[in-house]
Amino acid sequence: MPHLENMVLCRESQVSTLQSLFGERHHFSFPSIFIYGHTASGKTYVTQTLLRTLELPHVFVNCVECFTLRLLLEQILNKLNHLSSSEDRCSTHITCETFNDFVRLFKQVTKAESLKDQTVYIVLDKAEYLRDMEANLLPGFLRLQELTDRNVTVLFLSEIVWEKFRPNTGCFEPFVLYFPDYSIGNLQKILSHDHPPEYSADFYAAYINILLGVFYTVCRDLKELRHLAILNFPKYCEPVVKGEANERDTRKLWRNIEPHLKKAMQTVYLREISSSQWEKLQKDDTDPAQLKGLSAYTHVELPYYSKFILIAAYLASYNPARTDKRFFLKHHGKIKKTNFQKKHEKTSNHLLGPKPFPLDRLLAILYSIVDSRVAPTANIFSQITSLVTLQLLTLVGHDDQLDGPKYKCTVSLDFIRAIARKWFIPGAPRWFSWLTVQHQLIADLTVGELEPCIGLTAVSLSPSLSTPPLLTHSLSLSQKTIKTF
Amino acid sequence: MATSSVSKGCFVFKPNFKKRKISVPVEDYFNKGKNESEDSKLRFETYQSIWQQMKSETEQLQEELNKNLFNSLIEFLQKSYSGFQKNSRDWGGQIKLREIPTAALILGVNVTDHDLTFRSLTEALHNNVTPYVVSLQAKDCPDMKHFLQKLVSQLMNCCVDEESKEESILVAQKKTFCSMDSLSSWYMSVTHINKTDPKMPRKKRTSSGQWQSPPVVLILKDLESFTTKVLQDFIIISSQHLHEFPLILIFGIATSPIIIHRLLPHAVSSLLCIELFQSLSCKEHLTTVLDKLLLTTHFPFKLSEKVLQILTNIFLYHDFSIQNFIKGLQLSLLEHFYSQPLSVLCCNLPEAKRRINFLSENQCENIRRLPSFRRYVEKQASEKQIALLTNERFLKEEVQSLLENLHVYHTDYFLVLRCLHQFTSSLPKYPLGRQIRELYCTCLEKNIWDSEEYESALQLLRMLAKDELMTILQKCLKVFKTSSEEQLGSTAKRIEEFLAQFQSLDAEAKEEDTSGLQSKGLQKTDLYHLQKSLLEMKELRRTSKKQTRFEVLREKVVNFIDSLVREYLLPPETQPLHEAVYFSAAHTLREHLNAAPRIALHTALNNPYHYLKNEALKSEEGCIPNVAPDICIAYKLHLECSRLINLVDWSEAFATVVTAAEKMDANSVTSEERNEIIHARFIRAVSELELLGFIKPTKQKTDHVARLTWGGC
Repeated sequence: MPHLENMVLCRESQVSTLQSLFGERHHFSFPSIFIYGHTASGKTYVTQTLLRTLELPHVFVNCVECFTLRLLLEQILNKLNHLSSSEDRCSTHITCETFNDFVRLFKQVTKAESLKDQTVYIVLDKAEYLRDMEANLLPGFLRLQELTDRNVTVLFLSEIVWEKFRPNTGCFEPFVLYFPDYSIGNLQKILSHDHPPEYSADFYAAYINILLGVFYTVCRDLKELRHLAILNFPKYCEPVVKGEANERDTRKLWRNIEPHLKKAMQTVYLREISSSQWEKLQKDDTDPAQLKGLSAYTHVELPYYSKFILIAAYLASYNPARTDKRFFLKHHGKIKKTNFQKKHEKTSNHLLGPKPFPLDRLLAILYSIVDSRVAPTANIFSQITSLVTLQLLTLVGHDDQLDGPKYKCTVSLDFIRAIARKWFIPGAPRWFSWLTVQHQLIADLTVGELEPCIGLTAVSLSPSLSTPPLLTHSLSLSQKTIKTF
Repeated sequence: MATSSVSKGCFVFKPNFKKRKISVPVEDYFNKGKNESEDSKLRFETYQSIWQQMKSETEQLQEELNKNLFNSLIEFLQKSYSGFQKNSRDWGGQIKLREIPTAALILGVNVTDHDLTFRSLTEALHNNVTPYVVSLQAKDCPDMKHFLQKLVSQLMNCCVDEESKEESILVAQKKTFCSMDSLSSWYMSVTHINKTDPKMPRKKRTSSGQWQSPPVVLILKDLESFTTKVLQDFIIISSQHLHEFPLILIFGIATSPIIIHRLLPHAVSSLLCIELFQSLSCKEHLTTVLDKLLLTTHFPFKLSEKVLQILTNIFLYHDFSIQNFIKGLQLSLLEHFYSQPLSVLCCNLPEAKRRINFLSENQCENIRRLPSFRRYVEKQASEKQIALLTNERFLKEEVQSLLENLHVYHTDYFLVLRCLHQFTSSLPKYPLGRQIRELYCTCLEKNIWDSEEYESALQLLRMLAKDELMTILQKCLKVFKTSSEEQLGSTAKRIEEFLAQFQSLDAEAKEEDTSGLQSKGLQKTDLYHLQKSLLEMKELRRTSKKQTRFEVLREKVVNFIDSLVREYLLPPETQPLHEAVYFSAAHTLREHLNAAPRIALHTALNNPYHYLKNEALKSEEGCIPNVAPDICIAYKLHLECSRLINLVDWSEAFATVVTAAEKMDANSVTSEERNEIIHARFIRAVSELELLGFIKPTKQKTDHVARLTWGGC
């Protein structure tokens, strides 16, 4: 079918597999097909275009929208009802509460003349949301053909491998189809496909080539790349429009666009500034450095005592309780020389993340680090609560708030350093030098520590879904580690 | 139904019936004791009128300060909405269309103020952009279902109050189950009606009808508290429906915009088109509020140094909340009018003069008792003293002139204060504070010229360069010019003179330069002579150190400022009758605004006399009065224990203390019975302590309880 091939690029083998699975209209197809692959690998697009161009009766449901069982089932049934009956008399709204009802109603709906003798396809996009719903749902959909005794095939689309779906109780195994990531050649082909009408395809292809050269290392998401391509194309055309270069003058064009794209990688790509702002910058031809991104506004202005509460919380979270006496008491006995073994232990403590601490410890540290006397007024307590609502502290364990609540400090060392900068003077109290010591240690030891960390993260992602290195920022490594990495 | 209780339990909600109004007029509360003669009613009315003025002033201020922010927000919304409308026939618009326009509104950590901002923002959007403005809070939306339900019900309400159609209410009631699908179809139907309905109110048409389908603005008030999942799902869903349901998001952020990256993964944040908006810093806000309410003669009411310090400290140390600051101000205003009988005179000058004539005998006596007035009387000649103390009419006349003096004192005071602030606010290291409030506090507290900081500030002023000095003088001139008062007119003239002199210096300096060059031209000599002449010149410069004309003038300016400060910035305590307008009961204010529950509880249990005022409970430090309530005895005994308390020992000690008290009573009851009673009392005291959170049962030892407070050995 030449028509289909023009619409679906670089997915020939998947399309032919699906087509052979579907067979002829009246054939019984495989009861359930599970399609998975990374974001923007064409799962939804391929299925949708295939079903549409072949004009097969199908229902397409996005599971994100259906956050309850009832919504999901009703949507499927109503869409089916819409399909089966002619346009003008499909006003009845079917209500359906359980899967049992669904099976019964499904039989009724598919009895209709227009759905007879052909396979009905139900496509469940973002199928991973099904896992959070009722336990009987997934196994039920997997063997819907058998339960309803109708010619029906359920297609699941997901970004997660099938192994993560399989229920403990066992189920019918679907046909699993993998959509691999697009290679750089594929991306080039697909992106060049939608060139603007006023420029030639070759000109646009050259532009895409440059774009991929810059962005391919950090981003393989087709949607995102397309977005970037469209955003930055006016800048690329600029010399041509002005008449400074012609379309074949690739070197000149490259020199014009390359630094611009690099800047885009740091700003628009990370959503530091919005795409409309970026467009405006392009038009005005100003320096993007003038516009500060989201991350530039890291400074949080806090009341005086809130700052100290936060510092105290940080110290309580990352220092072992046994060292409190040493750091915060005036007469603490002698300080033992720490050997390397001990240092090492502390640092890995730090990398493990914050530890919960009781309220009393927080207050004790607070009293010892504030110079003046702090009265335990209601305001102090309410400040702790408001820090919790601001997500700078978190409450651990909700069982009893009256009886010794426990907290964790969720802010990073950089944040604390920014807050405490005012008091960061040589000869400052000992607890502060502790902060700097810690920082030094982390900087020293990250190189050695990092490798197992990265290994871990790689394992936790499924092996088939490789993530570009920049995306690891969502993983719970500290800011500092990323930088050294 | 919700409670604000932290503990879990059963709560009874009685049905809301109309409460009968308790008809005690509010001003009756102002009657302290039975002293009718102290104008309590008048005082209450004055309080109300002043507070109304202050309130409207602050509201106006808030509006002005928010204006910029709101304007840019509205502009953003309109721009992004027209983006929707253009519908992108151009190449590539399809993708841009999928981005939800989002305004990230950074409001600062003063969460208590946000409500007001959002309320006025909603109003502004209502009037300028769209009738569909919905604001959601995180606590209302624990999951997707509730999120959408809230959204739908609020949206439909928006629509109802605009069109007042019964059908929409019916729809709202029927649709207990709502999805994005139904929402967008509802939106289609509503906007469709809008287009066809000719009977729509004209007014709304003009305001919101500039677009056929107005966007829906969703305000998420506290982004930090939203759960990641709900937010992500909602954004994904609504981006899929964006073409039929034009949504615009506004994120209310208290901390920093990084939170967006923390809450949303890249896949989701790529669906947003985020722009940042930053509100005014709350410290600047405070400065303007102080400027408009306290550093002015517009309002007669003033705060003493201690009270102002408490209010600003609560602001700076604890919450950054303007609302709380204004509440504190209101409390001090109320407290002043309640506690000070002479506060009737705390109103504008002509009114105060009128009121003096109607003062009762009692009030006159009150005036005579004022410390500041007594000091004033002592300074007068003896005949006048007698007249003031005995003749009521004479006293009233005198008080009138004194009040006038006080008024003049204030006008001059604030002018000179602002002038001094212009000088000191640009000095390195800010010896007298960067903000005018710090300077004001120092001036209120004592004679500022006695302080070391003032000395160092003057020293620094003597080193200012000419252009700096001139800009400062110009600013000062502006300060004096803005006031219409004539008292300090001569000062403005002096400053003008100084400025003119500085300018003339410029011209003269050129002449001097040329002449200086001629005289100091060195003749060609040998090395020895050159050295000698250079040494001589150096010597000459050191000994005579002839000041240039600029230096002389600068010295004059500084002395002039110094004299102004010494003349006008006297602390208010020196003024007679200052008690009538200055509120100084800092202690009461602190008790109300910065309560210390732990300390209060400790005092109640440790020293019951403090609250119960029973003479029998009076005791010296450290010993336990055996007639005290049981819980106090148990508490005092528990203070002496370490972290784990043995219940048996505790009970023994309790029994000993209690029986010591009861020995005096008749020995009618048998000892066994008495022991049982004491045991029961002990158990009750212990469980009360447990309820208050001082102890808790422990699993470490069965017959022990753990102490939850510090101080154990």
